[in-house]
Amino acid sequence: MGEGKKDLISINDLTKSDIYYFIETAKEFKKISLKDIKKVPTLRGKTVVNLFYEPSTRTRSSFEIAQKRLSADSLNISIPQSSVTKGESLKDTILNLESMKPDAFVIRHHESGAPYFISKITKASTINAGDGINEHPTQCLLDIMTIMEEKKDIASLKVAIIGDIYHSRVARSDIYGLSKLGAEIYLYGPYSLLPQFQYSQNVKIASSMEEAVKNADVIIMLRIQKERASYYFIPSIEEYRNFFKLTQNLLSLASKDVMVLHPGPVNRDVEIAGSIINENKTHILKQVENGVAVRMACLYILLGVQKN
Amino acid sequence: MVSSGDFKKLDKILLFDNLATNNILNDFIDSVLKAIETQVRRSSKQQGSTSGFNNTIIIGIKEGGVPLADLIRQSIKSRFKIDCEIGYIDMTLYRDDPFSIKKPIKSTELPFNIENKDVILVDDVISSGRTVRAAIDEIFDFGRPKSIRLAVFIDKGGRELPICPNFIGKKIKAGKDGMIHVDILSKEKRVDKIIKK
Repeated sequence: MGEGKKDLISINDLTKSDIYYFIETAKEFKKISLKDIKKVPTLRGKTVVNLFYEPSTRTRSSFEIAQKRLSADSLNISIPQSSVTKGESLKDTILNLESMKPDAFVIRHHESGAPYFISKITKASTINAGDGINEHPTQCLLDIMTIMEEKKDIASLKVAIIGDIYHSRVARSDIYGLSKLGAEIYLYGPYSLLPQFQYSQNVKIASSMEEAVKNADVIIMLRIQKERASYYFIPSIEEYRNFFKLTQNLLSLASKDVMVLHPGPVNRDVEIAGSIINENKTHILKQVENGVAVRMACLYILLGVQKN
Repeated sequence: MVSSGDFKKLDKILLFDNLATNNILNDFIDSVLKAIETQVRRSSKQQGSTSGFNNTIIIGIKEGGVPLADLIRQSIKSRFKIDCEIGYIDMTLYRDDPFSIKKPIKSTELPFNIENKDVILVDDVISSGRTVRAAIDEIFDFGRPKSIRLAVFIDKGGRELPICPNFIGKKIKAGKDGMIHVDILSKEKRVDKIIKK
């Protein structure tokens, strides 16, 4: 881990070896969740504030469980019941909470860049738990961890990322992280929801579902994001379903031991055929399990840096 | 741990060569085995069986305690024909100063039930006793052993906690700056004192 990095805002801030260090640490933390007593005293006396300006099930609960398993004290601010509804600005909210001396902020916000903004005005560690259409670095780390559990080496893997690339912070973080580790990435989705610029040499835009999934080692399906007006970019859900849903037939084109990932929540039969999920052909629940471990690793590494 | 880059700033003094280290090692293992033997004899008198053997498990503290724990287990195997269960513990997450030493977390491997077992906890060097405190804390998160006894190869003094090993290979006085480095894995076993300059 680079010296003095107290925050996790973007995957781009991490080097290749940083990413591996997070994953290796997470692997050890995963074992704690399998013990009878799922708790270690490592972060005793540390206070972590969870600020979720957007709804969340997985990220929020796994961050909270991660904090509890490391013995940190966590504080969940429920935005609808907070002074945010009275018009308090983000900066004032943070400065006031800062006065209570927390050691870390975990922040999800509908505005891209909010966690970066917060990291500049607080001494506490800031962890980005998803900001607008920008990034979701812990999701990228848990995706990499899940992939590495089955595929030894990320380099030379063909990874297809399919769906609403434009609005997806998961896609953005995954593209940064996986291409840094040498994967060959194929993006596909409705033309109006594809990125309009080239990321890097090993990120390509496929011209059809078939091209995207053919011989793919990993397929990451993305959610159609109602809250971010994805619907205005596509004619209808039915049309999306017909052209961009992962079906059993499409899946059979992929490599024999293909992994299907989805950051959740899934719109069944819109992004992935329900039967693929029902038959346990996805790694969605593995991702959730690894999410706790990755978030424990992030808290451990970032809070440790701060103390030094 | 001393990484190779640090050696320039350090003065390394050989305390015991291969032969001397071997002698200490044999005496050390002998003293541990004798204690188990006595315990076995006592329990077999009480119960008419040799169940005492099966109740002993050995836990090595990573990294230094691992080869010593393995050696003790081998000796029990060759002398008593009993295969004790063995586990390894990494107490990094239980330290009282979790972030003062920067090193990757290693796995704790205790793949058995420790409830009601007689544990022999093994480490290479003891000083403040804080490592042992953390290791004991971690063991208790896995269950309630019947007893824990502590075997350390080198006691360099400087205790900061009321912890007293049951078995000691050798006592060596070394101040705060003196680090004892034990190498029993190489062909030439040795114990060094390393002084920061």
